[in-house]
Amino acid sequence: MTAAAFLVASVFLACAVESVEALTIVLAVGTTRGWRPALQGVAAGLAVLAVVVAALGPALVVIPLSALRLVVGGLLLVFGLQWLRKAVLRASGFKSPHDEASIYARQVAAARTASRSEGRLVADRYGFTIAFKGVLLEGLEVAFIVLTFGANQGSIPLAVLGAVLAVVAVTAVGFVVRAPLARVPENTMKFAVGVMLTAFGIFWGSEGAGVHWPGGDVALLAVVGYALVVALLAVALLRRVRARRDAFRRAVAGQPLGTRP
Amino acid sequence: MRALRSFLIIIYDLLVGDDWTTAVGIAGGLALTAALVASGVAAWWLMPVVLPVLLTVSLYRVIRRSDRHPS
Repeated sequence: MTAAAFLVASVFLACAVESVEALTIVLAVGTTRGWRPALQGVAAGLAVLAVVVAALGPALVVIPLSALRLVVGGLLLVFGLQWLRKAVLRASGFKSPHDEASIYARQVAAARTASRSEGRLVADRYGFTIAFKGVLLEGLEVAFIVLTFGANQGSIPLAVLGAVLAVVAVTAVGFVVRAPLARVPENTMKFAVGVMLTAFGIFWGSEGAGVHWPGGDVALLAVVGYALVVALLAVALLRRVRARRDAFRRAVAGQPLGTRP
Repeated sequence: MRALRSFLIIIYDLLVGDDWTTAVGIAGGLALTAALVASGVAAWWLMPVVLPVLLTVSLYRVIRRSDRHPS
């Protein structure tokens, strides 16, 4: 029950974050180049992702569970630590927060200046390609998370449910507001996803290596809590480093020229 | 040729990510865990110990890089 709830929550969060990013791209294309090429690109991107999930899903179920958990655990750790590192850097001020409104503005400016060329099947090649790439690239990571989480827990449909719920929720909100979802706490969500992916990666990767966790599946809760504490400590530490560095720079800037170190 | 290169870049990004030292550390940590388990040690604690080490190294590399090339 614990693992199933975490499974749906993790897939939902990861998928919601990626959906928000894909929505920004599709909205920028739709409002500047027209909705037909944008929606054609979305449909083509979703079709490719569906083929990836349908082709790889049954193949993953055939692999022995320990080998699957070892490989998947390692890959989830690679993903999770990437998300976590960026989230820690953003939370501590070393990296500017992800801003959907400014990304949307950049996408709109680029779409306005691009020339229009019509294909045989698509109304506007530029609009189609940008929407297609946006959906496919943002969706590949989600497809991987859906497949690996689902295969590890023995329930790909449950993982797909979490992903579909997220896409429907983000699309519905995007359709209503007709603007990039700048108010979604995306940085906090990315922090949470980074913690979840890292915790699942440690849990499954270790199990795949032959470890028996004390307390069985309940240990996952402790690993999630531990990963969260490590990430929060990293944020606190980097904030202090940043404050000290800023103070040093202010002190250096205040010194007369020629006496600076 | 360009399509193959793009495909390989996507696969590399997916499997290794943007910091190869993290990927190597994870592989080493899991291999050591398997070796300890095979020799009879209950090594459930190893990957939780590896986590802060890898995160620290990765953060240090990013910050050092930004110091060298400030935007």
